[in-house]
This record gives sequence, C-alpha cells and structure tokens, in this order.
Amino acid sequence: MNDLAWINAALAAARPQAVGALLRYFRDLDRAEEAFQEAALRALKNWPKNGPPRDPAAWLILVGRNAALDGVRKDARTVALPEDDAISDLDDVETPLAERLDGSHYRDDVLRLLFICCHPDLPTTQQIALALRIVSGLSVKQIARAFLVGEAAMEQRITRAKGRVARADVPFEAPGPVERSERLAVVMAMVYLIFNEGYSAGDTEARAALCDEAIRLSRLLQRLFQTEPEVMGLTALMLLQHARGEARFDDAGEVVLLEDQDRRLWNTELIGEGLALMDKAMRHNRPGAYQVQAAIAATHARARTAAETDWAGIDALYAALERMQPSPVVTLNRAVATAKVHGPEAALAMIAPLEARLSGYFHFFGARGAFLLQLGRKSEARQDFNRAIALANTPAEAAHIRRHLDRHLSDVE
Amino acid sequence: MLYAILCYHDGNLVWSWSKEEDAAVMDKIGGVRAKLTREGKLGASLRLMPTTAATTLHKNQEPPLVIDGPFAETKEQLLGFYILDVENLEAALDAARQIAAVNPGGAFEVRPIAVFNPDERSGVAVKT
Repeated sequence: MNDLAWINAALAAARPQAVGALLRYFRDLDRAEEAFQEAALRALKNWPKNGPPRDPAAWLILVGRNAALDGVRKDARTVALPEDDAISDLDDVETPLAERLDGSHYRDDVLRLLFICCHPDLPTTQQIALALRIVSGLSVKQIARAFLVGEAAMEQRITRAKGRVARADVPFEAPGPVERSERLAVVMAMVYLIFNEGYSAGDTEARAALCDEAIRLSRLLQRLFQTEPEVMGLTALMLLQHARGEARFDDAGEVVLLEDQDRRLWNTELIGEGLALMDKAMRHNRPGAYQVQAAIAATHARARTAAETDWAGIDALYAALERMQPSPVVTLNRAVATAKVHGPEAALAMIAPLEARLSGYFHFFGARGAFLLQLGRKSEARQDFNRAIALANTPAEAAHIRRHLDRHLSDVE
Repeated sequence: MLYAILCYHDGNLVWSWSKEEDAAVMDKIGGVRAKLTREGKLGASLRLMPTTAATTLHKNQEPPLVIDGPFAETKEQLLGFYILDVENLEAALDAARQIAAVNPGGAFEVRPIAVFNPDERSGVAVKT
C-alpha cells in the first residue's frame, strides 16, 4: 500500500470519530465537515513528510479545530495559531488535551453523527446518502453510482438533506441511557438499510461497497456498545449475508437462489466471524430481531448443502421473528420455510391473508407462484410469475422469474 | 530458538481497508510466508478476527467475569502472529523485517517462546 492509500484508509477510519467530535465542538455540520476537510488536506501534506501520528483521529480533531479557529481569527485580523507541523505528532502536552477533546465523548459523538442522518423527515434513501457522505466520507460520485443516479442529482439531494438536518434541533448534551438506546436502535436500522441498499440490487462494485461500509459502521457501533447483543446480531447478520455475495449471481449477472448456490463460493472467513458473533450474542439471553435474523442466516450458513438445511429450525426462528416484529414480509419468508417442512399447501394458507398488503410486492408473487407450481397448479403459477415480472425491482429479478417460466411452464398458456 | 512475531496495528484502520487493499496486503504477506516456509523457519501463522468478535474471561473476581470485547481496548491491537524457528534474535528480526516490509505500518513484537506445545494432529507444529 502506498502512502496515499494508507492515508486515505486512515482518514476513512478516523472520520466518524473526528467529524463527530468537531460537530460537538462547532455544533454546526457544515463547519465540522469543513474543519475535517481542512485537517485531511493538511494530513495529506504532513503525514508523508513527518510520518503518521500516533492517534490519527486526535490529530485530525486538533488540527481541524485549530484550522477553523485560525480562520475565525484571520477574519478578525488577530494572530494566527502555530503551524500544524508543530502538532504533527501530538506531543505529551497535546495528548491529554486531545483525549479531553474526544475520549469521554467518543461514543456519543459517533452516535450523534449517525443519528442526525436519520432525521425522520428524510426519506430513507436520503438518510442513507447523507450517512454515506457525512459519516463514511464517500464522494458524491461514489454515492451517485451506487444509487444509479447522476452526480448532479445526488449532489442536490445531499445538499437538501443536509439543509434539513441543519435546521433540525439536535441536542448536544450527552444523552441519557434511554435516549441513547433509542438513538442506537434508529442508527442500527439505518446501517441495515445501507447494507440492504447494497445487497438488494446486485453485484456491481459500487453497490457491494455499500455492504462493506455498512459492516464497517456496524463494527464501529459494536466497539462503542460492546455488550449490546443486538449490535452483535446486526454485525453477524450482515457478515453472514455478505458471505454469500460471490455466489448470488452467475457469470451473466443473473440471480442464483440460495438453494442453487455453489456453497464453495461462500466466504468462510466472514461466516466464521458471523457465527462467532452469534455465539457471543446468545450468551446475553436477550434475543432481538437482528439476532433472530442472524440466527436464520447462520442456519443457512451451517448447512453444507441445500438439502441439509434445517428448515424446521428456520420456520421456528421466523415464528419468533413474527412475534417480535410482525410484518407481512416476515410471514412471507416464514411461508418459504413452512413449505419445506409442511408442504406448499400449508404455505399457501399462511400467505393467503397477505395478498391485499403485498399486492405490489415482487417476492409475494414469486413465492406464491413457486408454491402453486409445486402443487401443479400451473396456469395460476404462470399468472403469479407474470405479475412478479411486472413488479420486479431489477432486470436481474425479472430475468430470474422469466427463466423459471421457461424451464417449468413453457407448455402452459 | 522459537520466537513469536506478534503483529500490532490500529485495528480500526486495518478493518477499514477495502477488499482490494486487504487482498493486496495478504498476497504480499503470502509471498513472505512461502519464502520463510521454504527456508524451514515458519511454523503456524495466524490472523485474528477483529476484536469485536473477542470475549475476555477476567479473573479479577470469583467466579471470573466474562466480558465482551478484548482485554484492553487500545488503538494498537494484536491482529495476528507467526511462530518462527530460527537461530537467534537477529534471524528473527530479519524475518520480522521481511514481514514488516509488506505491511502498511504496524509494529512487530519479536518475543521468544518459553514453552511450546505443538499439536501434531493439526499440522501447525514447528519442526525443531
């Protein structure tokens, strides 16, 4: 890795903490970001020359803060601060200051920074875009690519979202325990949204980067909330799902269903880490929706072949998830497991009440079509598959159902 | 003489590497490992999972307390280690230099091993 790559990685790693601390200091997102930008520019000049500082985040916080204050002082025609060479490697006098600056507040700083991106007035796609820009520091170009929109449109979207966040009232005092856990729940949901945004639609690199970024943010949350089993569950869930990334699409970019995937392509390192985190989470005996979803993913990960899958276990886990987080989508997923254990008839009965609520949902018709097909009700299956194609979110989804039609129903009108 | 080379680095940073950066580093390390293995110097080499996956049994009370996370939450974390069988410290440092050369930063603690109980079945034993 050359200097530039190393520095970029260091800047990315330090960013949430540094911007979070600068935000607390300036209480203004734009100023915090500008201060960080300035500090990052100085790091690019300074670090190759003087070597990396012992604590990059503390260096960036100090230099960013001083640079911004410097700007204020210059405006006021007063004396500038010393050159940042002087604090290139935080000496012993500076270190306690840096720690005072960020140490005790680190956790709440990062949480606040993520939390302000989750403003309830913002549509989820804007929350995600904002978090990727502000917290992760992805460029507008990278984010635009991931969302398959033009750079100018994304720039505008982020600017608008930032404006809304800036006008919102974000409390800067340290949150109490209840508020902290509420913030954490909101932030976890947003991190999982980032992951799903990357996971749902495919194999392009820009989107896969979103999965990596979500996992990185989740690990960060886990370091801040070490004993929170739901955070372990969230990290595990994403690792276990991401582990299947290579196997989820074939060479032509078409979707490969879980049961058809070449399991040798699954990433055993990520699975190992996911399973380790599940073990840790279980010790707490405080189940939650992320842990249950991770347990479902873990059940798949443990099966060496599709036939070995413990569908009864998965059915039971979905039943638990239904109780914790009732939703027609959860029931639909449970029906897939139920079909394996109790047959397609039982699955059809289970999802019959869902049709009104899922009438615009691709997976509903895909799954029901498959159940009907198993029962030999071919013309009904064909109808459902056609509706699924019409509702597909991506060309890959549509192509997948079309192949299904060609393979099993080419003789049915 | 058996030595462990303990690799410390900012975990936060290492787990921020992109997949490509990580693969590039691992690839180069693979080259050094192959060389040391050919020279009959390398035993087991291990990469540890992130500290977020760690659990610590803390014997500061009875019964010992099991806590989530690493023993000490520090910036520089133990990320992996190598077991070496070499002549002396100079040779161990030479291997450490080779490992360090293909790593972006970090610190490599060369620590003599007092007792080594190889597990023959696992095939990770150092031949002495």
